[in-house]
Amino acid sequence: MDNRTPVLEGNHITVRFGEGCDYCRSHPEIERGRCPKCHTIWAVRDVSFQLFPGEILGIVGESGSGKSTLLRALYFDRPATSGEAHISLYHQGKTNILQASSQQKRYLRNHLMGMVYQNPMLGLRMGLSSGANVAEKLIAAGNRNAGEMIGRSQQLLRHVEIPVERMKEAPAVFSGGMQQRVQISKATANNPPILFLDEVTTGLDLSVQAKVLDLIRSIQKELGIAMMVVSHDLAVIRMMADRTMVMLGGRVVEEGLTDQILEDPIHEYTQTLVSSLL
Amino acid sequence: MLKIEHLSKEFVMHIRNNAQIQGFEDISFSVEPGKLIAITGPSGSGKSSLLKCIYRTYTPTGGRVLYRDAQGEQIDLASAEPWEIIRLRNREIGYVSQFFSVIPRVSALDILTSTQTGRGADRKQARRKAQRYLEAVGIAPQLWDMYPATFSGGEKQRLNIANALITKPRLLLLDEPTASLDARSKQWVMDLILELKKEGAAMVGVFHDEIAIRTLADQRFEMKEKRLVPVDYAAHYGEEFLDETAN
Repeated sequence: MDNRTPVLEGNHITVRFGEGCDYCRSHPEIERGRCPKCHTIWAVRDVSFQLFPGEILGIVGESGSGKSTLLRALYFDRPATSGEAHISLYHQGKTNILQASSQQKRYLRNHLMGMVYQNPMLGLRMGLSSGANVAEKLIAAGNRNAGEMIGRSQQLLRHVEIPVERMKEAPAVFSGGMQQRVQISKATANNPPILFLDEVTTGLDLSVQAKVLDLIRSIQKELGIAMMVVSHDLAVIRMMADRTMVMLGGRVVEEGLTDQILEDPIHEYTQTLVSSLL
Repeated sequence: MLKIEHLSKEFVMHIRNNAQIQGFEDISFSVEPGKLIAITGPSGSGKSSLLKCIYRTYTPTGGRVLYRDAQGEQIDLASAEPWEIIRLRNREIGYVSQFFSVIPRVSALDILTSTQTGRGADRKQARRKAQRYLEAVGIAPQLWDMYPATFSGGEKQRLNIANALITKPRLLLLDEPTASLDARSKQWVMDLILELKKEGAAMVGVFHDEIAIRTLADQRFEMKEKRLVPVDYAAHYGEEFLDETAN
């Protein structure tokens, strides 16, 4: 694949809660993205980025900086107020997916994008068996052969080290780390070229964290999936991301190679952020 | 292959009242294939910063880093797009840091193998080559399947070097590759570096160790007051040394 053509490109994406007023429309750098006059929240403001095939793009920033909202807008969990996003593999990148019909969005979510949430309850049906969770994704992509699906679900879950005998159990009875692994398996079931990961290891204990990150990295290497990894944890970003964007108050304040962001940050906020790295 | 022109680096520390710290200024030199440039100087003089500016871990604030890639195309590393830097790091430019950040829960053999397979090598061949390199830097076979987090400092450092050299980079940046190694380990590492040099790689290295400099370097510079000053070999070692090395 041509590595210079981004697989996903975002242009001037804004997610706003509230109508905005003359003041905040003309002041892009309002503190924390919240207008002091009309209280409109600019959760994501004028964000543009490119995601190249097979790369991991990290997004860091404090809580409320807009990093999760950006992912959710791209995955259609939340409507974007304005802006465009294009996937090179979808209509040769000519369609603004943020304006796609709900049918198109369903197709995009089932074939071209996957999402792993911090909270497994958002990505999984907790009452359904883990095998059925994965199979659900396969069905959504048009798979109808039951035998094939069972085989494929087992293969996918085995890949994330869920033992076969536990596939009939619901994720509700699994540990946090196992739930994340089922989520990863479900999100990658249809080999999407793009995967979003939203604080996937936050709240897991350190050894489980390492295991989940290892798994994500090996899947990434094997399948060459392009990933956007949101984390407030710089250690996770350092380990995972090739490039990193730093968000503050809904805006991207700095972006570059991950080692450059961590070792030679230019923006004042990034310098503060990095100086707190343990 | 690498031509550095008037390179400067200045740091602006916003969290220290916008203090400006000069890393180094107006540095120019070039490196030909198969040659190694050694840079010496006291710690804190900006040697590592220079290497990091070439590798683009630091963003230079002035000057150019002109690199001719394998396709013969000239690229200014100082201003190249991040994806271009990533491409070159994956295929052509290697960097050995003083400190090895180990990947948790991946064995030494797997690290060296996946470094190669990540660049398209066949898994079986990559594994065999990984074993050869582990042997070359003197890491005992019983350690090959262990996690390097448990290794000694010297073992980690040697694994680090093997990992950087195994993909045969065209340009290799070395930040004190032989520091903290004992005489025998140093020899193993120097042999590997010499081998890669013979194959035509261009190298820039920061060194403190005289033996390593004499064995490896073709030209020597010293960082003095934030600038790079050539060190005359003859003046430094005497003519006898030059004759000796020529033989």
